[in-house]
Amino acid sequence: MRSTLIKVGVPVVAGALALSACGSRSGGGSSSGSSDGGSGKVATIGVTAPFTGDLSAVGLGIENSVKLAVQQANAKKVIPGWTLKVDAEDDQGKPEVGTNAATKLAGDPTVVGVVGNLNSSVSTSTQPIFSRANIVQVSPANTGVALTNVGGKRPYATYFRTCTTDAIQGPFAAKYLISQGIKKVATINDQKTYGAGLTAAFEKEFKKEGGTITASQTITDAQTNYSSVISQIKPGAPKALYYGGEYPQAGPLSKQLAQGGLAIPVMGGDGIYDPKYIQLGGRAADLATSVGAPTDSTTAGKAFLAQYKAAKFNSEAGGYGAYAFDAANAIIEALKTSLKDAKTPKDARAATVKAMANVNITGVTGKVAFDKFGDTTNKVLTVYKVTGGAWVAAKTDTF
Amino acid sequence: MTQFIQQLLNGLTVGSLYALIAVGYTVVYGIVQLINFAHGEVFMIGAFGSLATWQVVCQKSTGLWVLPIMIVGGALCSVAIALVMERFAYRPLRNAPRLAPLITAIGISIALQRAIQLWYPGATSNVPYPSIDGVTGGSLTVGSVVIQRTTLFTLGVLVVSAAALYIFISRTRTGKAMVAVSQDPDTARLMGINVDRIIAAAFAMGAILAALAGVAQGLRDSNVSSTMGFLAGLKAFTAAVLGGIGNIQGAVAGGLVLGLIEAMATQYIPGQFGGNAWSDVYAFIVLILVLVFRPQGLFGARVVDRA
Repeated sequence: MRSTLIKVGVPVVAGALALSACGSRSGGGSSSGSSDGGSGKVATIGVTAPFTGDLSAVGLGIENSVKLAVQQANAKKVIPGWTLKVDAEDDQGKPEVGTNAATKLAGDPTVVGVVGNLNSSVSTSTQPIFSRANIVQVSPANTGVALTNVGGKRPYATYFRTCTTDAIQGPFAAKYLISQGIKKVATINDQKTYGAGLTAAFEKEFKKEGGTITASQTITDAQTNYSSVISQIKPGAPKALYYGGEYPQAGPLSKQLAQGGLAIPVMGGDGIYDPKYIQLGGRAADLATSVGAPTDSTTAGKAFLAQYKAAKFNSEAGGYGAYAFDAANAIIEALKTSLKDAKTPKDARAATVKAMANVNITGVTGKVAFDKFGDTTNKVLTVYKVTGGAWVAAKTDTF
Repeated sequence: MTQFIQQLLNGLTVGSLYALIAVGYTVVYGIVQLINFAHGEVFMIGAFGSLATWQVVCQKSTGLWVLPIMIVGGALCSVAIALVMERFAYRPLRNAPRLAPLITAIGISIALQRAIQLWYPGATSNVPYPSIDGVTGGSLTVGSVVIQRTTLFTLGVLVVSAAALYIFISRTRTGKAMVAVSQDPDTARLMGINVDRIIAAAFAMGAILAALAGVAQGLRDSNVSSTMGFLAGLKAFTAAVLGGIGNIQGAVAGGLVLGLIEAMATQYIPGQFGGNAWSDVYAFIVLILVLVFRPQGLFGARVVDRA
């Protein structure tokens, strides 16, 4: 019996260890926080996004951009007497994992602010955790409307975001398609907070502008084959497909559309605006809206990308790197006020939340400031088109 | 009518993949009464194995000649994993309470997913799968029904595998021994059958079919991911139960039925509870109904009660 136990136990324990090792990518850094060294006190900025799984490419860009912002702040010693650290926790793009990551960050007394999450559906679960601990949460990527506005009321005073919302992104896409003479569109969404919200906002505006929605379909993000959906929407003869969701599904969907005999362009939101979309099957002339102006189209953006490259991170900045960088800098800006007179990082939490409302800096993506809901005041969007195997900006406009 | 035929084809394609994977569940269950929940991962390893073979051995060529090599490469990987799994995880637990191997299977499943994510380059998210001349690319159109080349390939794989499986089970010594072991392992052992070897053969056979399904799915969806085995495994297990667990014909039929229900539900159920995302719900409603009125599954479970 004993030998059987050992035989079973070893793989189980080994597996559990392997799993726990995956959960936290940089565990260090937080434990040393409370000690007052002669060189100054330590405060931590958390970052939580998917570092493994489908969306890891985007998540790692967010992590690295936050690290870059913190490195620069430390090098310039912007907060006298304090050193900033980064603690990155993987949320795997899943609410349940994100909840654990958020709880871990909130339990660390040195954490004063968090950049994250990537997915609106994950932030919905992490908002109350950070709110309870009075920790500022700035998402670089959440576009779900309900995160900041539930029937005209702001649900969490600790939550901010540096990107604009689906309430603007969806209608922006609708107006663009109408302006291109496309009046019949089918929609598909993945039923997540982001995809469903985006699609609903798109459909409302598209109908208002005189367009017709030929079919509204749904898929789940675990699915890999969409042939039956494609066959179902085909008889309506749509001239374009609007997809509410992310690139791991959208790329193959675009390819399968063409294979299924429905070679119409796919349009989506910022969730499909990623180079991997094209690798996974996105076709020429597919469209995506994304928040802000293209990172490499502005002087500030070019400078950011150059610094990012110089820091030699192991992954690209991705679609949200610039927003994560701005989110981290907004927190750092607020910390300048709140940490000044604070004894411990925990004391500074409430003051940081208060200071966020007054943040007004020029970031990589434009002006970084927040309205009374915690939304960014920067409402610039861009339509991108797949041209020659890459996303190329087609139209930048203020909504 | 066009729509019906179109969805029929879609459903059969999806169903073929379920069927190929389901055979692995059912054969192993028939012999050792183990629900090998890591079988979905064997399928995933098969897909990644064929992809690795294409990248390394075939030098990323897209000629049709690489396809058999990819299949062999994928099958070798999945068979190796299945045999290692059987030898080191399940065999020591053969006389343990039923729950022990079940939980072990779930553990192996998670470990394999993580291993691929860690060690396969780029596998933290979806990895593009190559297009092969002849079996991917331009679809054929008959009337207004679109027939994708991958559909033909997938259906072809199922037909050939089912025929080969039938011959293997009914004509070869190993196949007959497998049936004997599933009926009564103790008597089979007394008759001189090496039971350990037969169990390993069952795992290997399931793995080959799973690898074929992995290649077919990779070609069809043009990408593979470390998590692809989870849903596919769950559906294939459902198919095996639907057809009657332990019954090979049942597993094939169950897979096809499940695929058809999903496609038809997507097409014909309108409104709020319609649409593709709900198709799984209808698939499982059918499963529940079948199990309520016919607990042994459509074709009857072929498991000898040996309490």
